Amino acid sequence: MAGNAWRSTLLKLLERFGVRISDASGTPEVSRVIGAIKTQTPQPRTFSRGIQTVTLIPGDGIGPEISTAVMKIFEAAKAPIQWEERNVTAIQGPGGKWMIPSEAKESMDKNKIGLKGPLKTPIAAGHPSMNLLLRKTFDLYANVRPCVSIEGYKTPYTDVDLVTIRENTEGEYSGIEHVIVDGVVQSIKLITEDASRRIAEYAFEYARNNQRASVTAVHKANIMRMSDGLFLRKCREVAENFKDVKFTEMYLDTVCLNMVQDPSQFDVLVMPNLYGDILSDLCAGLIGGLGVTPSGNIGANGVAIFESVHGTAPDIAGKDLANPTALLLSAVMMLRHMGLHSYAKKIETSCYDTIRDKKLLTKDLGGNSKCSEFTDDICRRVKDME
Amino acid sequence: FTHQPPPAKYGGRHTVTLIPGDGIGPELLNHVRELFRFCCVPVDFEVVNVNSAASSEDDINNAVTAIKRNGVALKGNIETNHNLPRSHKSRNNLLRTSLDLYANVMHCQSLPGVPSHHKDIDVIIIRENTEGEYSSLEHENVPGVVESLKIITRVNSLRIAEYAFNLAREKGRRKVTAVHKANIMKLGDGLFLQCCKEVAAGYPDITLDDMIVDNTTMQLVSKPQQFDVMVMPNLYGNVVSNVCAGLVGGPGLVPGVNYGKDYAVFESATRNTGRSIANKNIANPTATLLAGCVMLDHLKLHAYARMIRKAVLKTLSETRLQTADLGGQCTTSEVVHSIMQEIQRGGHITTDLNFISAGSRDHTNSPNTCLMPNTESVCLTV
Repeated sequence: MAGNAWRSTLLKLLERFGVRISDASGTPEVSRVIGAIKTQTPQPRTFSRGIQTVTLIPGDGIGPEISTAVMKIFEAAKAPIQWEERNVTAIQGPGGKWMIPSEAKESMDKNKIGLKGPLKTPIAAGHPSMNLLLRKTFDLYANVRPCVSIEGYKTPYTDVDLVTIRENTEGEYSGIEHVIVDGVVQSIKLITEDASRRIAEYAFEYARNNQRASVTAVHKANIMRMSDGLFLRKCREVAENFKDVKFTEMYLDTVCLNMVQDPSQFDVLVMPNLYGDILSDLCAGLIGGLGVTPSGNIGANGVAIFESVHGTAPDIAGKDLANPTALLLSAVMMLRHMGLHSYAKKIETSCYDTIRDKKLLTKDLGGNSKCSEFTDDICRRVKDME
Repeated sequence: FTHQPPPAKYGGRHTVTLIPGDGIGPELLNHVRELFRFCCVPVDFEVVNVNSAASSEDDINNAVTAIKRNGVALKGNIETNHNLPRSHKSRNNLLRTSLDLYANVMHCQSLPGVPSHHKDIDVIIIRENTEGEYSSLEHENVPGVVESLKIITRVNSLRIAEYAFNLAREKGRRKVTAVHKANIMKLGDGLFLQCCKEVAAGYPDITLDDMIVDNTTMQLVSKPQQFDVMVMPNLYGNVVSNVCAGLVGGPGLVPGVNYGKDYAVFESATRNTGRSIANKNIANPTATLLAGCVMLDHLKLHAYARMIRKAVLKTLSETRLQTADLGGQCTTSEVVHSIMQEIQRGGHITTDLNFISAGSRDHTNSPNTCLMPNTESVCLTV
């Protein structure tokens, strides 16, 4: 693993000076480490060893206040992160095509790492959802959601520790629909060999980099023989190259059935778009909902955008009542991805300690403290850890 | 929608098609036959075997013909080898589409004595059973790119919505939740949702709610008590019914019914083959036995249904008589034997003409309501 890190570092250094060495093996760039709780292998990403710039997209509704909270906590932890705030309201480019503002795109392309708050999708604004636009712009093909039970936030399930990896570009969400005749609609689910292989490779890389024991492909190939069959075949092929990780296949309904009875039996799950959507939300529900679940989107060309997946909560926006946990844990995921494990551990432990303590919880976690009080408590703990 | 008893009734005895299927199907259905014989239920089973390994579709076509003849069937799940090419279709799916069994109904209830993470669940799930993602229409236009078609039609969506609201009214339920993903599949699920709304207009006493499928699963694992009746297209139905079965205690507990206009096929709700536990005498017979009871209600043999159901639920509530899937150590045959003993203890059947209906929420005397002889047993209606 260290060999690959050095290799890509050298390649980057050479690229900086305009020298490009073609990747002889033809495989895509080694995917980055996205931390689950267990990873400790350091992977220095920048050779400048200085401050890393990250694009921050505060978002709408409660977005700005939770972003401020995260920045405050990072400052208290003295994390070597510099934030570059950008706005991603859709603008119409030449030719009528909707795109994100060029400053935002340039910033992301330069920094490669982003942190995003919730974005509202205005109805009837004429443009597609912002999340969809970001996904298309940066080819964010993998959505990763680690779900770990939070000690201190009680749910009926206490031993959840799994990761859902969802193919994010095709499948049932291709958006291709037609009215065949009046009253008959067909929606097309698209599965391609390339996308399936890419997501399978990512899943196995992730499992290997994070010391996860097994990868389970979730499918419904008994009914959708060709499409899910293709997905499954690609997963099996990729599994051949990763003999150290156990590969199993399971029907979607069996996974759902077993997940709500005993989630501890699952490790890494990889699946096409729709099943991923349903299962990742199911798993988020097991640990306490979208308000405490982190999420990361991995794109081609090394781009990674980490986000909170909850809504904009316009009813509590600006009232200092929001819960920044989801965005904070996504930021922790980001730190691990960048190799800054010690800072990640510090911030995450402080966050969990504050929640476990139960004295200063926001309303959605069952308390009645303000967002600022919650944030200050975490900052205090982080400083105490120095 | 009141189902007429099927015409295959000669000399007071009904004939029912029995499809053993694979995995745990044959052994559990044998137990059903054994129990029915023990209770002198006036039902004769016509066994039709379907070989899942055979490539010809003759077996399943025979089964379909038999069901058309008898009107009612009890089946185990037929295994589908998903590594075979597309030409080998899922036998279960073929059965459902040939007989146009358009509504899959599953009544999920928390049962006393069964270990689970949640309590007080009582949901009826109605799933469109013939179209949607299960249309089996796939093609590969360009090598490496596969398209799978999901078909939603106005006719079928109206039909299932009508069924759902009618059932809700019959059972005295107040709320129907339509589960969809219309924010992404605007035309397909949008049409489904629109049909539900149209039908809802004709049932002012019942409220229609709608929820996106990912939010639904999240709500189900945190607060499942908020749901009453749910209606949805095929694939979401698959997910939601499996989640609900898991919430009440597992695949071995819940029966499911596939209703068509003229036919009804009864099976376990989550349609598991149970290959890994087949022939080991450890499978939980509850789902299959309760499916048998629902079938008896369908055949208007209510007294028998009541008697067997009561015994099954009483046995289930005792921890020392639970099978491995519930954390117990009892074998299947021990459970069935205990059920028979329980029935024997209850004495002979009394055909009581005073009906006390309980189990429906508004306490009206409706013909499909289960009869509850005493207050201790839990009533299950489908």
